[in-house]
This record gives sequence, structure tokens and C-alpha cells, in this order.
Amino acid sequence: MPDQPVRDALTESLAHQVLGRLADVQGPYFGDFGGRFVPEALIAALDELETEYRKALGDPAFTGELARLHREYTGRPSPLTEVPRFAEHCGGAEAGHRVFLKREDLNHTGSHKINNVLGQALLVKRMGKTRVIAETGAGQHGVATATAAALLDLECVVYMGEEDTQRQALNVARMRLLGAEVVPVTIGARTLKDAINEALRDWVANVETTHYLLGTVTGPHPFPEMVREFHRIIGEEAREQILERAGRLPDAVAACVGGGSNALGIFNAFLDDDAVVLYGFEAGGEGVDSGRHAARFSGGAPGVLHGARSYLLQDDDGQTLPSHSVSAGLDYPSVGPAHSWLHDLGRAAYEPVTDDEAMEAFRLLCRTEGIIPAIESAHALAGALRLGRRATQEGRTGQVFLVNLSGRGDKDVATAGRWFGLLDDAGTHDAGQDAGHATEGDR
Amino acid sequence: MSGTTGTAAPADMAAPATGSRTGDRIEALRAEGRAALIGYLPIGFPDVERSVEAVLAMVDAGVDVVELGMPYTDPVMDGPVIQRAAEAALAGGVRARDVLRFAEAVAEHTGGRVPALVMSYWNLVLRYGVDPFARDLAAAGGAGVITPDLIPDEGADWIAASDAHGLDRVFLVAPSSTTERLRLTAAASRGFVYAASTMGVTGAREQVGERAEQLVADTRAAGAERVCVGLGVSTGDQAAEVGRYADGVIVGSALVRTLLDDDTPWAARLDALQARTADLADGVRRARPGAASRGTRS
Repeated sequence: MPDQPVRDALTESLAHQVLGRLADVQGPYFGDFGGRFVPEALIAALDELETEYRKALGDPAFTGELARLHREYTGRPSPLTEVPRFAEHCGGAEAGHRVFLKREDLNHTGSHKINNVLGQALLVKRMGKTRVIAETGAGQHGVATATAAALLDLECVVYMGEEDTQRQALNVARMRLLGAEVVPVTIGARTLKDAINEALRDWVANVETTHYLLGTVTGPHPFPEMVREFHRIIGEEAREQILERAGRLPDAVAACVGGGSNALGIFNAFLDDDAVVLYGFEAGGEGVDSGRHAARFSGGAPGVLHGARSYLLQDDDGQTLPSHSVSAGLDYPSVGPAHSWLHDLGRAAYEPVTDDEAMEAFRLLCRTEGIIPAIESAHALAGALRLGRRATQEGRTGQVFLVNLSGRGDKDVATAGRWFGLLDDAGTHDAGQDAGHATEGDR
Repeated sequence: MSGTTGTAAPADMAAPATGSRTGDRIEALRAEGRAALIGYLPIGFPDVERSVEAVLAMVDAGVDVVELGMPYTDPVMDGPVIQRAAEAALAGGVRARDVLRFAEAVAEHTGGRVPALVMSYWNLVLRYGVDPFARDLAAAGGAGVITPDLIPDEGADWIAASDAHGLDRVFLVAPSSTTERLRLTAAASRGFVYAASTMGVTGAREQVGERAEQLVADTRAAGAERVCVGLGVSTGDQAAEVGRYADGVIVGSALVRTLLDDDTPWAARLDALQARTADLADGVRRARPGAASRGTRS
């Protein structure tokens, strides 16, 4: 009988034989997860989308145009930045860990979202549709969609929970500047999940002219697979860059996971590198025990929401539970089915990061490196700090961590200002002596 | 026109002749020369007690088949009226298992004459357990389940459970469904196929989709024995129009709307519900003049 590590390796190689390359698994199912739990009215459109997207990815005219846009418009490849001053806090300077950031924050529109949006918007043109609809929470995906719609001359309607339109008023104005119509959603919890419900209702009614430009790796097949394909460029670039800069593969890759598109995008290139450990950091909110979080893997169970079977925050009856996070982009009760699959397969580990931990990492990156991250991405940074401490405690030194910096934090300055008490007595207040974060109602 | 021969079974026959309680009921009405009126109400609105009253009042006013809606946090196939009612029902504490009480109440009240179908978004059934839900619903006297976000392709567990417990399973078709999907759905359904009259969500409309009649014909041609039409029907005249070509007319939002106004006394709301139901029941009765008792589909 082989010992445990050998057996694990055998199991893993068996999984590879059965599944082929994990990076290329196709829907509708990722293991037990995914599928198409949607009204029949949408099936014809989903079939058309699947056919068109597969054809497009095999068509040099399409892939060439997308590559050109990424080069000339998005600003790809995004840089890889080593952050040594931040790394000193990652398990102690003497441990010699190195941290590299994949700078998706430097893309046009300020996040990884543009990768997927440009891909889908080009598909919309191919399919001859003239109108796109999208959901948005913090506004990042809405802004990216409005941007692509302006560029490619498409009518654009963005659904946004009323509560989010108030929390992210600047992004509402940004979308309107770009020519999009922003529709506040006033039913249900009035957040991202309700915006998706409303977008699905619009899509059912207008599917002949309209494409639902879904913003993450959730939803009915083919969205989880297709959105992964449009984001796999993140990991492919990062893998090449880190091999060149560090001379080897990273020990671990860290990303934040809301729906999970940035995480899947960077994980994908490393899924078949068994030595690279993959970590997804979910929103732990005020702590998993508090019930106010978006930690689907710690506090959820498999279920169906928005067309896919995946881990889900739900009550005993199967009603969706409200999620909570300081970061609107992670504030979603379910998660992309590919992550549920990687979780159950043991190929990726998912851990919650609390609001407090994320905000501390947010501030640390600002101070040590002059980079203001999105609060979403700050969850990945906090996760990397935890991985560094853990490595040091376990006696591992000189670890190489790759962190996906999925977005920039301009949109979060007001939230951070309130959190750290930087907005009172402007000009005289010493940010270093912050008054502690603001009260609940201000978040 | 393909489909059944039209030799309908008596409604009170012990074993369902069509293999389906709802199917038998619709066939019996077909023998009377008319379409079935299928009335929807969400359970637990405005609360469980009053909602049982409302369902029974609707039955007394003339619905032939009851559709019991399970309130859900994310009802993507429903328009504003049903969304509001579902939200209020959930806020009032209705539980998924309460639907069993409603199925029992309808079965007792009508001596099993009026089949009660549950309309549920799939996660509620998944969470309860597909087979346990089918078992408990059958034991409570329920006839089957309408599944707005479950397509037959994803329904293997449900197909097995509904077979095991003798329940109807009503899948939906839409104007966008291909011929191949109409065939698949017709073959997987038992009781009837639910034809969505239009591309859209539930709610009253000025006109029932003009594609509805064609969709019913196409669904029959794809092998469905019974096709009922839902989405957008709110008046007796619309019920008469749809009842001309469909085996059943499904009404939801127009009935729910009669109960929504909190400022109206409950008894007056029940009166409005019964008046609306009676108008719709009259509509299905005048849809096919001269067809009564011929026992065959015209």
C-alpha cells in the first residue's frame, strides 16, 4: 500500500487522466456543479451563445480583434509588480518571502472586468444583437459594460440594486456619462442578487435583440466556461511573467472570490501545475459566526441560484440568505460553479477574510507601495499576509506568492475614508492616528 | 391535430386513465367541451391562515385546477405583482413545508375533485430533498409540481421521484423553444405542458401573446396530449380567447392582485377574488360555443 502522499499523487494523476487538463474542462458541468437551471424561454439563446462563442474562439478574425483591443485599448499585458516593502509584513522580513502582484487594476476601466466585457461585446456584434444588459454591484462591471457598449455602439442598460446606486453614486454617473441607462432595482434586498434577477427578467422578455452580458463565472452554461475563457489571459500572462522574474512557478496564488472571475482567470493557468497551491479568499464580513458574511464555502451548502448549482448561502428551506461584505464586489450569496468543483476536488482552498483584515491590508498596500487596491482585491492581499505568516510558522522561507490585484481602489476612497476616520477635520487629521473605523451605519 | 383520441375518463374514476390526476381532470372538462381554468395563488399571503381561505374561495368560485405558489426569494419568472406577494409571504414567515397543508386542504375541501399542483422554483425542492418532497406531497394529496426554472435536461432526479410517487410534472415551453425542445419537453411532462404565451414574466397584459396559439399547435404536434397557456391572462374575455385553442387557461397575477391592497378589508378582497375567478370561469365556458358534451376536441 503506497503511503499517503503517493496515494494523493496517484489520485491526482487519475483525476487528470479522467478529466484531461483541468484548465480546459468544458461545461455545462464542473463536477457536480453548474448546469442550466433557468426558464425554458432562455434555452434557445443559451444554445446560440454557446455555439457562437465556440465558433468565435476558433476564428482568427475574432481572436485577432480581441487581442488588438486588449493591446491598444485595455492596455494588456498588465504588468507584474514585485512589492518588497509589503512583503516584509508577509511572515516577517527575515523569512524572505516574495510577493508579486498581477496588476489588473491598471487595465482600462480599472479592473479585470474589461477582459470579459470586450470578449462578450464582440460576440454580441457577431450575433447581430443590438442591446446589452448587465448587472452590477459596486459598479465595476457596469462601468466596463457601458464602456464596451460605447466603443462598439450598443444600447446598454445596467441593473443595479437601489442600495448600491446610493453607495456607489459616482459609478452611476460614470455609466450614464458613457451613455448607459442605469435602472435602480427596488425589489428584494436591493443589492447585486436582485439586480441579477431583474436582468434575467429583462432578458427573458427581450432575448431576441438583447444579450445578457453577465459579469462573472456564475449563471447558466455557457457563462461560467465562457467567462473563464475571456479571463484566462490573466493567468497565462502572469505565469509567463513570474517564470521570467522569479525564475520559477509561485508557491501559491491568491485571489479574492466573489462570483470568482478574477480568481478563475488567474488560477486557470496553474490548475495543472500540481505544486502551485491555489487560494481563494471570500468575504468573511464581520466574521463567519456573525452570520454577516459572504463565505459560501464556510457558511453555505450546494444549491441552485441564478441558473447554476454551486455553493450557496441559504436557509433550511432553500431561500437565499443575504450576504454581507464591506466590498460590494464580493457581496454575493453564491459563487461560480468551477470554484465549487475545485473546492470539492481539493485543487483550490477557500478561506474567509474579514472586513477588518481586508481593510488593514488595504491600508498596508497604500502605505508600503503607493498602490490603492480595490477593497475586493484587498481580501486577496490579506490572504497573502496570512499565507506568509503561516509559511514562516511552519518553517518555510523564501516563498513566492502571486496575488491577483483585480482592481484599483479609486471607487473605494470614500468607504476607506470613513472606515479609517480620514474625512473628519480634513487637513489637520493625522491619518497615522486614525480614530478607528466608522460606525456600522457609515459603511 | 395529434394528441389524444378524446375518450375522456369520468372525473371520479379511481385510477387516473391518463396516468395523471390533472390529465384526467382536463380530459373530463374536454368532454364537457371546455378548457380548464387553472388558478394560481402564492401560499402564505397575506398569512398562512388567510391564504388557505383564499385558495378555497378561489376553488368555490370555479377554478378547476389549483396552482399553489411557493414563495421564493429570487423569483426570476415572476413580475411585480407575484414578487410583492411572495416577499410579503416570506416576511410573514411562511415555510416550504406549509405547502403540504394547502394540498391537504384542497384535497379535503373538494373530495379530491380539484387537483392541486405546486409551483416551485427548484432550489426549494432541492433543499427539501427531491424524493422526500415528492413523497410528502403525494401523501398530502397534491397532484404534482410545476417547475419554472427546471428544464427536463436537468430533471433526472425529479422525473424518477415523480414516477415513484405518481405525481404530475409540468415543464414549460416558450415561443423560443425549438421543435426538438418541444418534443423533449412534451415527452418529459405528465399532466400537461405549460405554454408560456409570450416571452416574458408573469403579469397581466393587454393582449395575450399572439404566438400562443401557434405554440400550442406546435407543442401538440411535438407530441403533447394537453397544453395549457399561462402568462398575461387576466380577464374573462382573454380566458375565452385562449380557451378556444388551449386545454387550460392559467391565471396568476390577476387573481393575486385582488388580494394585494392592505387597506381593503379581507372579506372584500375575498369577494373581489371570487368575482374575478367567476369572470374567468365564465370565459372558459363560452370559449367553444356548441362544443359541449361532444366528448371530442373540435
